Amino acid sequence: MVTAPAAAWDVAAAVPDPELPMLTLAELGVLAGVETEGGAVTAWLTPTYSGCPAIAEMAADVDARLRAAGYPDVRVRLRLDPPWSTDRITEDGRRKLAEAGIAPPGPAGPPLLRLGPTRHRVVSCPQCGGTDTEELSRFGSTACKALWRCRDCREPFERIKEI
Amino acid sequence: MTDHHAMPGHHGAGDDHVYLALSEAGPEPDGEARWAYGTGFSDPLLGVDTTVPAGLDGADLAAYCLMLGDDALVLAQRLTEWCTRAPELEEEVALANLGLDLLGQARLLLTRAGQADGSGRGEDELAYWREEHEFRNVRLVEAPNGDFAHSVARLLLFATARGALYRLLAGHPDPVLAAVAARGVLELAYHQEYATAWTLRLGDGTPYSAARMQAGLDAVWPLLDELFVPHAVELRIGADPSALREPVLRTLAAVLAEAGLTVPEARPLASVGGRAGRDGVHTEALGPLLAEFQVVARANPGATW
Repeated sequence: MVTAPAAAWDVAAAVPDPELPMLTLAELGVLAGVETEGGAVTAWLTPTYSGCPAIAEMAADVDARLRAAGYPDVRVRLRLDPPWSTDRITEDGRRKLAEAGIAPPGPAGPPLLRLGPTRHRVVSCPQCGGTDTEELSRFGSTACKALWRCRDCREPFERIKEI
Repeated sequence: MTDHHAMPGHHGAGDDHVYLALSEAGPEPDGEARWAYGTGFSDPLLGVDTTVPAGLDGADLAAYCLMLGDDALVLAQRLTEWCTRAPELEEEVALANLGLDLLGQARLLLTRAGQADGSGRGEDELAYWREEHEFRNVRLVEAPNGDFAHSVARLLLFATARGALYRLLAGHPDPVLAAVAARGVLELAYHQEYATAWTLRLGDGTPYSAARMQAGLDAVWPLLDELFVPHAVELRIGADPSALREPVLRTLAAVLAEAGLTVPEARPLASVGGRAGRDGVHTEALGPLLAEFQVVARANPGATW
């Protein structure tokens, strides 16, 4: 993480994610750095999934917010290495996800090739806190989410899957 | 792919396209752009250092990125064909998600190809304006979807092999290719897990589901070996795929054994005078796929939305 003059960092860090608007780009871990040199600001973003269509909107939002904050010379750049991971979601980000009814991810790691009986992680329902939950589909409304349901409160919920 | 940027003068005062008005409305009162498309941020390698490292040949790197990019692009298109046709809504969403991952990888790889060869061709130009013989994908990805079991079988073969290749490429000297691969490893792991789970479920299900799954495997198996036959470009770029043949076959055999299925004994589909997908020699399935994929871009060159 690059240390930046706090003002420019704060502006970029406060931009909400277009698909998870309860999180800022900093809380999501997409904002990879902000540097200022003279009057110019460069902000780096790390895309989540290869195909995440929101990255163009994130870049445009960061650019517009920084300009609106009085920086005339703004550059937004992508940083692909190291790749984004759900481990980059901050503690505040995880709490806000849960408050919005989206179960936060566990520690990242590639899904293992399982040939035996399926063993699911224990995932708490973000609505009622119950632990009798099940995965309905590994894939959901966006690339980063899976669809789950709680057998305690009978409500479906989304969950950020580890990557 | 992205929007096409308008040619100068293409959208004059007389153009009343509603979405143009939206995209050009400018910042909203709170300073946020209303819509990102058309704002110049759609380059998937925006601001990334794209210098070709010393010791790598730009033309070879471009050709290699086209091979992998075309694999991803064509299979993304096939997966997309399942939308509105999948057996359950959850599977439709899953297949579309897998296609989206591959499309994202294709965008990065095609963009890299257009830079590395010095042509300056963008992702859209490469995706929409090349002819069938200019595509460098293996024939496995262009084969028609068939039934759900065929598609699962194809996905199992591709994801297992591509995940193994991406693990290899994550250490490649080209930093852009390495970054795409490092991201792709984890995405392909989800694809492999999805295909493996369905192979087990169908193979270990009823006699009827097992027979359908076996038929799918038998149909796509002859297309597997092409993934491991090295092309001269792959050897020069330092990515010999023949090293993957044995570990990938071992992984597949373990899955099929667990599923109660048989490893097909079918021989690899022949090449044409030693030439196959990597040389632009394709099956009859690719032409109709590209016609559907490219028709809108070609009917409205330079259009924006």
